[in-house]
Amino acid sequence: MPESLFGEDVIVRTIARIVAPFIQLFGLYVLMHGHISPGGGFQAGVIIASSFILLALALGLPESKERFKKTIRLPMESSGPLIYASIGVTCILAGGYYLQYGMAFLFPPHVVSAILISAVEIGIGITVMAMIVTIFYSMAGD
Amino acid sequence: MIWGPDLFILAILVVLAIAAVISRDLLVATVIFSGYSLLMALAYVQLNSPDVGFTEAAVGAGVTTVLFILAISRTARMEEA
Repeated sequence: MPESLFGEDVIVRTIARIVAPFIQLFGLYVLMHGHISPGGGFQAGVIIASSFILLALALGLPESKERFKKTIRLPMESSGPLIYASIGVTCILAGGYYLQYGMAFLFPPHVVSAILISAVEIGIGITVMAMIVTIFYSMAGD
Repeated sequence: MIWGPDLFILAILVVLAIAAVISRDLLVATVIFSGYSLLMALAYVQLNSPDVGFTEAAVGAGVTTVLFILAISRTARMEEA
């Protein structure tokens, strides 16, 4: 990876550092409003991952990897499908089909449905975010 | 559906697609493709499909461009004849 791709400009570094938390906040908004408005787990994961890509382009690859280590990324990649599958199996155990929300739980069906949809979206978002960042890191050179 | 803006967007999409294919400089082609994705997202929103437009804007114009530029930096920039 040529060093010239990663800028040393102080303006770029400062702007990226200021903007990155807001991009992540917007990603969380898209994640939590996915069942009401356009968006959802995949889009939110891509948005949050793009904030990490911005940090890597502005601050340089080693500093960005220091903030998002492989020991954190690997469990995040595999925890998303685990959340998804466990919620689906929970719906089977509650007496419905796979991922059939709102079966016989303690709360009314629409409340259970809203909570479980949000949980599934969070699982998808975690996996997509970690996977895209990992693809970027491995393409940029380890 | 509004005919004027839709036809305008679609016409620019055709021009950008031809330009991206013709261009010998792969970096230029990548940037043109990024603009193509942005206009494609506008077209999707125009066609009452904001979810697909959202995905197109985030993946097509954002992540894919970065991955293409990384791939170019690993290989040659100019397309061989």
